[in-house]
Amino acid sequence: MLDGGFRAVGSSSFVEFLATQAPELLPQATGSSAGLEVTHGTTIVAATFDGGVVMGGDRRATMGNVIAQRDIQKVFPTDEYSCVGIAGTAGIAVEMTRLFQVELEHYEKIEGTTLSTDGKANRLAALIRGNLGLAMQGLAVVPLFAAYDLRLECGRIFAFDVTGNKNEERTFHSVGSGSTFARGSLKKLYRPGMSENEAVTAVIQALYDAADDDTATGGPDLTRRIFPLISVITADGYRAWDEESTAAVADAVIGGRMQSPDGPSAPLT
Amino acid sequence: MSTPFYVSPEQLMKDRADFARKGIARGRSVVVLRYADGIAFVAENPSRALHKISEIYDHIGFAAVGRYNEFENLRIAGVRLADLRGYSYDRADVTGRGLANAYAQTLGTIFSSGGEKPYEVEIFVAELGATPDDDQIYRLTYDGSVADVQGFGVMGGQSEKVEEYLTGKHRADLSLAEALRLASAALGNDSEPARQIPPADLEVAVLDRTRTQPRKFKRLTDRQVTSLLES
Repeated sequence: MLDGGFRAVGSSSFVEFLATQAPELLPQATGSSAGLEVTHGTTIVAATFDGGVVMGGDRRATMGNVIAQRDIQKVFPTDEYSCVGIAGTAGIAVEMTRLFQVELEHYEKIEGTTLSTDGKANRLAALIRGNLGLAMQGLAVVPLFAAYDLRLECGRIFAFDVTGNKNEERTFHSVGSGSTFARGSLKKLYRPGMSENEAVTAVIQALYDAADDDTATGGPDLTRRIFPLISVITADGYRAWDEESTAAVADAVIGGRMQSPDGPSAPLT
Repeated sequence: MSTPFYVSPEQLMKDRADFARKGIARGRSVVVLRYADGIAFVAENPSRALHKISEIYDHIGFAAVGRYNEFENLRIAGVRLADLRGYSYDRADVTGRGLANAYAQTLGTIFSSGGEKPYEVEIFVAELGATPDDDQIYRLTYDGSVADVQGFGVMGGQSEKVEEYLTGKHRADLSLAEALRLASAALGNDSEPARQIPPADLEVAVLDRTRTQPRKFKRLTDRQVTSLLES
């Protein structure tokens, strides 16, 4: 039976509907995380290229000093032209991403049109801000949002802080524990107008550098053949790279590192 | 004090049913039919913005005739129900049967409660199964009754004439172009002599089993409809 709540004239937002109809389903928790061992996701890297945007994440999830998972997925498609990479408390981040996916799809179905790229980023910012209470207790979620903007015809990257402050990056960005190293690496490797393959190579190099210096970031796992997950969004929509293609690029990167362990060097001037 | 007139329950229900039926018969028809790769919805609808056909969930499509504000209200309620269920359980737990049941109870309650006027709507809820044998099409009427549709169904407008035209001509193994041509001809056969419906006045959407995305619902553009009709 679809009672009053379902048939009420309201907004096109699923989150707002959930808040009135089933508030207990919104991602939330009370109490402090002090002394609790929870799963953390680590490094996400995104870079724009000529005709789109690429996002990649390492595969490690940590729980204190323990590796909780070796093959976690941290980059999720959120609709046909966008994806979210998550760093921080995995449980809350995954739930928030799921809610964000439904939010975008719900709007699309009710309004018959998709949200603008900025509209999507603002909705995500609102969700992150809603989690501020938990972030203060140590359960922070910091996603990285990438989308292909059909109107501007380019890939776009948005970074957020725990208060939901939205910050657009035109070139590349990284979040998570290894992000300092990944950003330093990309700063030297990134060039405007790269091709898709070059951008993916740069992202895998950056993730390698992050894993090299950050204990929580997982490097390529050669014995188990676990490599970063690569997602690409172009005018044709979201596409995840298959394992063989990623492995081929990763093998080339590792091959190069066998000769120079610190990776490719940039000219001094 | 005046005594209220006595109206027998039979008469009351009959009056309400007549009222709803008249409203539904005023518009144009909607056809839903199975074809080789899934289920197609075809409606005569000159409006580009006000849809009669829409997506509810991954495998579930919706089509309606009658009063726009009433079926739009039910459509949004259906999207909310489906998204809520999919979010709280899993995407696989959203079924056409559950949605048809919710609609049936809602329409039935509104029809038999004296306070509200009955909804002047009829609805198709179609669910695409993993195989053609698992496909389900439900037809819901203004009084909350549910019927299982086999192969094809028509509602709204002069639905008997359209249905008559389709009977014997429809097969489940038609290609999309064949199904679309058949549905377009059937919709035009609601009057004497038969009309030719311009492709731009057709609203067409499919639940396509061959789509690789989890969301199987796809709306066809005017250009796609025209090229399919001409092929």
